[in-house]
Amino acid sequence: MNGFWAVFKRELKGYFSTPVAYVFLVIFLFFAGYLPFRDGFFELRQADLSLFFKALPLLFIFMVPSVAMRLWAEERKTGSVELLLTLPITVPQAVLGKFFAAWAFLGIALLLTFPLPVTVFYLGRPDAGLIWAGYLGALLMAGGFLAIGSFFSTVTKNQVISFILSVVACGILVYAGMPTTLEYLSASVSPALLSLMENLSFQIHFESIQRGVIEAKDLAYFVILIAAWVYASMLVLEERKAH
Amino acid sequence: MIEVQQLTRTFGPIVAVDGISFRVEKGDVLGFLGPNGAGKSTAMKMLACFLKPDSGTASICGHDILRDPVGVRQSIGYLAENAPAYPEMTVSGFLRFVCDARQIKGTARTEALDRIVPMCSIESVYHQTFDTLSKGYKRRVGLAQALLHDPQVLILDEPTDGLDPNQKHEVRQLILQMAKEKCIIVSTHILEEVEQVCSRAIIIAKGKIRVDSTPKKLQEEYQVPLDEVFRRITLEKKSA
Repeated sequence: MNGFWAVFKRELKGYFSTPVAYVFLVIFLFFAGYLPFRDGFFELRQADLSLFFKALPLLFIFMVPSVAMRLWAEERKTGSVELLLTLPITVPQAVLGKFFAAWAFLGIALLLTFPLPVTVFYLGRPDAGLIWAGYLGALLMAGGFLAIGSFFSTVTKNQVISFILSVVACGILVYAGMPTTLEYLSASVSPALLSLMENLSFQIHFESIQRGVIEAKDLAYFVILIAAWVYASMLVLEERKAH
Repeated sequence: MIEVQQLTRTFGPIVAVDGISFRVEKGDVLGFLGPNGAGKSTAMKMLACFLKPDSGTASICGHDILRDPVGVRQSIGYLAENAPAYPEMTVSGFLRFVCDARQIKGTARTEALDRIVPMCSIESVYHQTFDTLSKGYKRRVGLAQALLHDPQVLILDEPTDGLDPNQKHEVRQLILQMAKEKCIIVSTHILEEVEQVCSRAIIIAKGKIRVDSTPKKLQEEYQVPLDEVFRRITLEKKSA
């Protein structure tokens, strides 16, 4: 467990000792604040965060891979992976340490959106449970994207390639479940396949948590998704760390 | 303390290390010699459990590199070629991270840092970030990292590469100081280093061990300077 904590601590500190964290936070918080208002936050005349949560998947498609891309690609490019994995740290400890540090960083980014809930509480009487559920969903979705990004970061030494591959993968998983996509495909694809697509996509699970219904199947979806991609990162890293 | 048995590793069609076997005991400083691309670094990476061998194995301080890699890593200090580290970290932050990873805590940590920082003469750069350091200092920090837990076995891949003559001298003195209580493998292609530091020399070319002897014996046997010996051994086998 010590290897895990050593990596976790180093990584989380690492975000704040470079401009990476600050650039990310400024841009993320700008869009997290801008998008709900652009989509008509006031015009809706509802004290809730539905527009904020609706904008998050799109924002995450670009922002989460930008955090995830450097996880292993950079480490392998600079050769520091040789240092890291010749310390008494195992590959699973290192992968999990980095993954959870990046997840914690995204959690901090989400926490810093607190002015939005403060605003709706000032303007009206929102359902606090709904807001908590929305944030839980957002955090789980961030973890899912991050696990995918972590995997693509182990596949290549090039951060740009890793970024593009994970944006595409996350984009597919979000847009496969969008009503417009499903409607478009409903004419040509069998209903069973359509429902499979919908259930594999982030969208339906994120939306149902966001509605305040925290069901086991939605939680299981995210847990399995994260575990599978993180495990795949371990396998790939074990195989390719020295190349 | 180190026992290597038929260690082999290939990269595609290239056989980087081809069935090498040797033993190193406490008090030995083994010079690992060979031209570039001879398989020195590959062999050392396998001993440090970074690279898995295709066949064969090795044990270090009783830990097998295949069955107990974490045990091996706990008992060795390893300096990789080019001394990699994290560019944005300060030297002090970096050494603390290594302490975390090696579970050196509390007073043991203070003692270890107080011992290692003057030993590797890195006081003056202690609060600088790694990417601002010169090559020589980077290597010394790498050496500090490898010595932090006072390991029984040291595996140093070209520890003096890129250092100026004074720094080279210092590093060699450091190795000689530690030689008695430890078991050290040093790879190099600087032959004067072998004469000064090593009690034993293995010459490796194309992944195979050509000679396992002492620098002194080699000179007596061939009656020429060591670099001439080196040239004869590695070139003769290449043409053959």
